[in-house]
Order: sequence, then structure tokens, then C-alpha cells
Amino acid sequence: MIGRLALALVGLAVLASASLVVGVGDLDLRGLVTGGADAETLRLLAVSRIPRTVAVILAGASMGIAAVIMQMLFRNRFVEPTTSGGAEAASLGLLAVALLAPDLPVMGKMLVAALFSLAGTALFLLLVDRLPVRSTLIVPLLGIMLGKVIEAVTTFFAYRYDLLQSLAAWTNGDFSGVLRGRYELLWVAAALTALAYLAADRFTVAGLGESFTTNLGLNYRRIVTLGLAVVSLVTAATVVTVGTVPFLGLIVANLVSMLAGDNLRRSMPWIALAGAAFLLASDILGRLVRFPYEVPVGTVVGVVGSGIFLVLLLGRRARFG
Amino acid sequence: MSSEAVSSWCFSLADGRALADERTPRRTRIVLGTLGAAAALSAAAFMTVGARGDWAFVLAFRAEKLAGLVLVAAAVAIATVLFQTIAENRILTPAVMGFDSLYLAIQTGAVHFLGSRALVALDPRLRFVVETAAMVALSGLLFRWLFLGRRRSIHLVVLAGLVFGLFFRSLSSMVQRMLDPNEFAVVQDMMFASFNKVDTDLLAVAAAAVAGSGIVCLRLVHALDVLALGRDLSVNLGVDHRRLVTALFAVVAILVSVSTALVGPITFFGLLVASLAYQVAGSDRHRETLPAAILIAIVALVGGQTVLERVFGLDTALSVIVDFAGGLAFLVLLLRSARA
Amino acid sequence: MIEIDSVTKRYGETAVVDDVSLALPAGGITAIVGPNGAGKSTLLSIVARLAPADAGRVRVDGLDVASTPGAVLAKRLAMLRQENQVLARLTVRELVAFGRYPHSRGRPTAEDERHVANSIAYLGLEPLQERFLDELSGGQRQRAFVAMVLCQDTDYVLLDEPLNSLDMKHAAAMMRLLRRAADELGKSIVLVLHDINFAAAYADRIVAMRDGRVVFDGPPEGLMREDVLESVYDMRIRVEAIGDWRLAVYYR
Repeated sequence: MIGRLALALVGLAVLASASLVVGVGDLDLRGLVTGGADAETLRLLAVSRIPRTVAVILAGASMGIAAVIMQMLFRNRFVEPTTSGGAEAASLGLLAVALLAPDLPVMGKMLVAALFSLAGTALFLLLVDRLPVRSTLIVPLLGIMLGKVIEAVTTFFAYRYDLLQSLAAWTNGDFSGVLRGRYELLWVAAALTALAYLAADRFTVAGLGESFTTNLGLNYRRIVTLGLAVVSLVTAATVVTVGTVPFLGLIVANLVSMLAGDNLRRSMPWIALAGAAFLLASDILGRLVRFPYEVPVGTVVGVVGSGIFLVLLLGRRARFG
Repeated sequence: MSSEAVSSWCFSLADGRALADERTPRRTRIVLGTLGAAAALSAAAFMTVGARGDWAFVLAFRAEKLAGLVLVAAAVAIATVLFQTIAENRILTPAVMGFDSLYLAIQTGAVHFLGSRALVALDPRLRFVVETAAMVALSGLLFRWLFLGRRRSIHLVVLAGLVFGLFFRSLSSMVQRMLDPNEFAVVQDMMFASFNKVDTDLLAVAAAAVAGSGIVCLRLVHALDVLALGRDLSVNLGVDHRRLVTALFAVVAILVSVSTALVGPITFFGLLVASLAYQVAGSDRHRETLPAAILIAIVALVGGQTVLERVFGLDTALSVIVDFAGGLAFLVLLLRSARA
Repeated sequence: MIEIDSVTKRYGETAVVDDVSLALPAGGITAIVGPNGAGKSTLLSIVARLAPADAGRVRVDGLDVASTPGAVLAKRLAMLRQENQVLARLTVRELVAFGRYPHSRGRPTAEDERHVANSIAYLGLEPLQERFLDELSGGQRQRAFVAMVLCQDTDYVLLDEPLNSLDMKHAAAMMRLLRRAADELGKSIVLVLHDINFAAAYADRIVAMRDGRVVFDGPPEGLMREDVLESVYDMRIRVEAIGDWRLAVYYR
């Protein structure tokens, strides 16, 4: 287990090195290897390439963890921030900040976005609770629709106040603008995911249902609140810094669950790793496919991710005969 | 069923009289009459409100736009009602299934493979016809796969449709990013619905497509009612289900192409219009629901555009408002369907 | 006459209907019985061309159901499935009138109207005829659908578990009605039944299926024997005689 995890880490390291090398600016590779790199190369690495690579890894890992926590709490494999209105609500929050308090520091923006995201997710929870039959598929359906309605509200105001450009930045994930000093919020997201890992067992238990959890003497509501708070903060942090990446967490969490089961203490490191690797690979692909121009990672994952999502959906066996 | 059987029954249905209809269609006449009056009023307001200067010019200019909006309204309404009948549910619409995004992807793909210069040189009508043919083929494959293969739950199909929509949209923007920046400008306009910028080059061919579908609907109006009983009962009643559904789906695909080519993708408009039509029409027969849906669509589009553009000075906001209201309608339908 | 000739239907590896050959002569009531998953409903669906067979063929009065135009068959054979979810909001009368579609193609004549009225009366639905289907109980709705297939006025009527969702009173009434339709109107009725006592009491002939094959085909007296029933249902079933009427007792 540890051995395989180490192997996976090596894989991630290879991807990360590739991410450091790929880009428009010339990187003096030989100089780097021999130790005689010029100042320009080092500056490029320190200001742009390393922050970008780190940002992608942090964002990918946190998105994966946020998704799996949501899936446990909603007991549904197709739930994650972009299929529950949470991500769209975070953008609405950012729009509210841009309109009402544009001078708020970035931490404040994130907190407001997190509050909106929490409210959006709570609304989703309310709607899901009103469903008499919890058909597996109606839950994400409801979430996606809720997201679209929230998005329409956001677009309306963004259009009226000429903020469509900013809105596009929040809704389509893109790492091309990441520089030193502009991504550090993602460390907060990563810290929150680490915190969530400490509570991994609780989330696993919560995933078995309210009565089961209460039977074990745990406070179900408290676990749900903690989980949703972590998810909202992570969502807000990623939306503020890099924008939305559709379905990423959902896919990663599903793939890992197929391979490693649903004991979160065991599977969470894998989900974090897989999320980081998947996002990193997509980001590199986006940089290469139309070199020297870039395709935003949100678009790349939009194609690859929805493709995989469709396979997960339609490839499910036998349930409907 | 043989083709002559199909056509003979088409003709016998052409003058569409009621199938054992005791309940006088009085209510229906009132509803359709009111909707028709409202549609005429919307059109009149659209033509005249806020007009200044040379009336002849203003009227000619606005008449073209009005024609475009009416065509879009009719195309969306007919496509949605037909699709809901052949898909046997009332949550799905072609737009929710991502078909207008598929049309966008085809348009972008054409720019990508042919280059914008070749496309500009091409007659827009010819291009529309070719793109529509591609649309009929591709969406037909998708439809057959999702609906005519093994039975799937409705929720699965809807969810898959939504994800397909996102897939096609991402694919379009991916292909767009691969284009030269100046080619990018050509396609970027297509991605957002704007009722203010109707593509007037295509009015004639769009009108022909909508009129053709209207005639098909008129002839099949009773067969459509039979189809609404579901596959098994309609097969039992002698309808060649697979063939009829395939033909009707081609009509749907053409109409989706028409509306998307004219104004761009409008996800929830059809859902909104069709749901309202089922509510107000006296019965669920297509000879009532189809006209009701068309008239409601005209009122919403022409009237809404008049109010927003001429009164409030907001030009593209209508599509956003439609998305908002349509999304809410969808949520309500979904919650209700889960309860049933 | 319905001729079923070496019909096979597979789902994946398992043959749900396994090389079945049967000849059902015109007239009377034939009941198909057997445990769950025996292939009864699938066989009926193949006869009614609602599902294609993987091998073999079915002829109705000499017409191959796979190649005969649906509109032609719809005047000879009607089939009602167990579950009928209708999207459109229809009244009972509107639904029954759809049974005339194969004849009227949407333009009903006075004769079509008469058929509609007769079918409604036959099933005792007059008081309900202007009600919408979604306002009816399951049993009432079932009767409305049966009225529709009778209104289709075909020689052959295929019914898949028509007693489902009917209470005892309406189940017995439905079987009496079908018996009358067979005797008075000369219909050939084929139905899948769960309850062998109903089958034995009303059918002229019983076909028993198990694992996709026909294991018994004959008059009810032949089936209602303890050894035969055990071989069909794989459980011990006592047969009691009340006069000349045999009753299978399997409740405990």
C-alpha cells in the first residue's frame, strides 16, 4: 500500500516536472541540470512555472477531496460542487463582492464566496430532502439545474453591470494567470483538506446513514456541518483563484472508489493524488494542444471530464435491465 | 408499415377531424383565440413601439427581425412538443439534451476544417443546409442510441443529456481555441443567444423548414396522439413506431438547427413554452398543444423582446431571463416527477 | 390460428423463450401459466410483435408478424401489456376511442362511435367515461385499457396479466367478461395468468411454461394434477375436488 502510494507520488512528480518545462518562455534545460542556469530561467521558474504547478496540484487534490466528502454526506456518487449548485453559488458571491465591496481583500472575497457556496449547498440539501424517492440520478440532476438557475441570476447582473469578463474568469477554470502572489489561497484549501483527512472516519460513517451514525454515538448533524463547511471553503478558494473545473472531483472520486473502495482513511490520499494528477495532465494538455496558445483547463476537463462522466453513467450495469 | 400505407394515412389525416370528440372544443377555441390575439398584439407592438424617423425603413427593418423571431418561436415550440411525444416524457427537450450545443459544435467544426475564409465565400444558405444535414445524422445517432436501444430510466437519459450538452459546448470552445484569433471572432458570436441579432440571410430557408415541419405535423396530428400512448400501445394500434419516431426526430433536428442558426442556443425556452402549453390547452391532443405552444412562444419571444428592448433598453437579457424561469420550471417538474 | 414456430428469445446468455412451438387455434380462451421468469410475457410480446424474436417465426392467420405491416395486424390482433403508463392526460372515452385508430385512422365514423360506446358499456365504464385516467383507481384504469383493446375489434386479444391490480370482485368480473367475449363475440383470447385456479376455472386450454419452454399444453383437467403441477412449479401443490371443479391449494 505504502509502496504503491510512493510509486504514484513518483508519477505525480514526473507530471509536475513536465509542467515546469512546458510553456512559451524559453527554459534553459541544460543549464538547470548542470547547475549553471541563468537568472532569467530561475526567475521564470520561481515567478510563474513553480507557482502554476503547485497551484494545479493543490487545486486538483482539494477538488477531489471536496467531492468525495460531498458524495459521502449526500450518499450519492454523482454529487460534487459543480453538480450541486455550490460552485455557481460561489461565483454569485464573488459577483456580489465585485458589485458591493470591490476593495475587499482576497481572503474576504473567499469568505463571502464560501458563505454563498454554503447557502447554495444548503438549498440543495433542502431540495434533496424534499425528494420522496432518492433516485440516485435525480439528485445530481436537481443539483445541475439549481446551478443553472443560480448561474442565470449571476449572468443577469454581470451583464447589467458589465462584469461578464470577470464572470468568465470565475466560471471557466484557467491556470494561465497564476503567478507568485496570486495563488496562495489554495494553500488554505489544502490545509482544509488535510483537516478533513483527520475526520476521514467520521465521513465514512456518515456515508452509511444518519441512524447508523447516531447508533455509533456520533453527532450526524455536526459531521454534516463540518463537511459542508470544508467543501464550501475549498470550492470558494478554487473559484476565486482559478475558476470552476467541471466534474473533476466527481470523476476522480468514482475512479478511486472502484479501485480502492470507500474507506476514506484509505482512499483519501489516493483521491488527492489522482485529482492532482488528472488536473495536472489536463493543464499540460491544454498548454500543448495549440502551442503557443493555451486552452483553459476548464475547457479541457469539460471535454475529457464530461466524456468520462458519460461513460460512468451509461456504462453502469444491469440496474435498469 | 409500407410507405404507401404511411402516406395514405397521412393524407387521410390531413384535414384532421376529431377522433370521437364529444367535449366541444369551445374552451380550446377561447384559449387559442386569446393566445392568437396576444401574439398579434405582441407583433404589432414590436413593429411600432419606440419607432422614430423614417417609418418605411423602420417597418421594413423590424419586419425582418420579427419574421426571424416568429420562426424561432415556432421552431422551438414544434421541436419541443414533438420531441417530448417521441421521447415519452415531459422533462426532456432537445435543448436540455444538448442538441443545440451539438449544432454549435458542428458549426465550429466547419470553421475549423474549412477555415473562415472558405466559409465566408460560401453561400450561407448552402452552409446551413450542409450543417443541418450533419446535425440530422449525428443527433439521430445519439437519439437512437439513448432512446431506441435498451430501456433506460428517464433520469439517466436526462442526466446524460445534460452532460452531453456540456461536452459539446466544451468541445466547441476547445475547437474555437484551436482557431486563429480572427477565425475565433467569427464563431464567438454564435455561442451566445441573442434575439437582437437574427441572422437574416437564412430567413427564407428557415421559413421553408418551419413550414415543412408544420405540414408534417398537420398530417400526422392523429398519429402523434397515438404515439403519445407509448411505444407498446402505438405498435398495437398499428403505428410503425420505429419508423415514425425516426422521421419525427429528423424534423426535430432540422428545427433545432433552424433556431440555433438564427439566434443561438436557448436551453430552457422550449421547456417553458411546452409546459405552459400543456397547462392551458384544454386537452393533450396535438392539434391543441402544438398551436398553443407556438402561440405562447411567439408571445414570450416577441412580446418579451419588445418589453425588454424597447421599454427597458436591455437587449440580450431575454435569454438570461428565459434560462432563469425555464430552470425553475425544470426544478418544479423534476420534484413533481419524483413524487409521482 | 396463431402458429408459433421454434421461437427463441435471448437476453445475453439466457434464453428467456427457448425454442417454443405452439399452435393456438382460433376461438376460446387460452391461459399461459408458469412461475416468474418462465418467459410467458416475452412469448406474448413476440406474438404481438412488441418484441422481435431472435429465431423462429410467428404467424397469425398465416401472416408473419415480423413482416406484415403493423396497420394490417392491428385489425386482427390486439395486445395489452401489464403496465400501461400514458403520458397524455386522457379521459376514459378518449382512450377507448384510440382502439378505433386502426380502422378510422383518426376520422371516426358512426360505426366507430358505436364500437366505442359498446366497449365502454361492456366493461361497465359509463359512469367513468368522462373522467381522466389519472383520476381512476388502478382497477378502473385496467378496465379502461381492456375496453380499448376490445374496441379495437380484433379476432385475437392478448392480455398480459389482466387481473393485476384488480381486487377479488373485479378479478372475477373480468374473467367472466372475457369468457363472455369469447363465447358471444367469438374472440380468441390468450392471456398470461398468475393464478392457476382462475386459469383452470375459465380457460378452455392451458399452456404451462417453465424456464422458457412449454412443459404442458392441454385442457385444464390435465394440468390440475398434483404431479403435473409439481413439475411446473417445483413445489408441492394439493389438488382438491369440489364437485367436478378442481382447486389447487398451495397457501401452506
